[in-house]
Amino acid sequence: MAPLRKLDPFSRFFMKLYRGKHYEATPHTPLRLPLNRCRVALITTAGFLLPGQPPFESGDCSYREMPNAIQTQALINGHKSAAYDERGLETDPNLAFPLDRFKELETEGKIGSLNHRHFSFMGSITKPDALITQSAPEVGHKLKTDGVDVAFLTPV
Amino acid sequence: MCNQSVGLIQRAVEASGISTVSITLIEDITKKVKPPRALSVPYGFGHPLGEPNNPELQHAIIAEALALLADETPPPILKVVGTLRVP
Repeated sequence: MAPLRKLDPFSRFFMKLYRGKHYEATPHTPLRLPLNRCRVALITTAGFLLPGQPPFESGDCSYREMPNAIQTQALINGHKSAAYDERGLETDPNLAFPLDRFKELETEGKIGSLNHRHFSFMGSITKPDALITQSAPEVGHKLKTDGVDVAFLTPV
Repeated sequence: MCNQSVGLIQRAVEASGISTVSITLIEDITKKVKPPRALSVPYGFGHPLGEPNNPELQHAIIAEALALLADETPPPILKVVGTLRVP
């Protein structure tokens, strides 16, 4: 657990000032199949980019597609933040986008298959309206169209 | 803000008819955003899967999170884990 008191003073101050919206009813899609028959997609807010993809801007609600076939070592850290130590995920992108781990689960037969694409957002978003109304539902729709059963999400 | 963004994306994806589970580093934010299923881990920012180049630990965290998908308790489900021991 990371309570607010563990944050650096600036982040703590910001988080205390920050007034998020209140969210009530939680959407619910029960798991329909055993995991070893599910198609799985990953979503990260670590802001990873592939070479040639446009960089994220401050507060950017857009996303980048990550083909399943990529090599994790090719990922670029596009999420520059003073709030955390980035050396770990630059050494091993699996720390916030565990594609190699899920490929191992696929090989072991613990999940059915990996989707042909995954999604990368830049998580540092203080005005999430466009995320809520546009980009996140758009990704949901794309994953549904792909026949994805399970999405695994990681922050940074 | 990343932890809030994950929760918001997760809510939208679950609403699209996909079962979702996430890792969180800030339990307080996740309690507010109420995504369907989240595993709160005791690691610092930038380290949702524990440690770089530690596949065993990363797998242990992923397994704990994926197990929440089978939990039939009505969401939101928030499970808090301490430091995971790797055999």
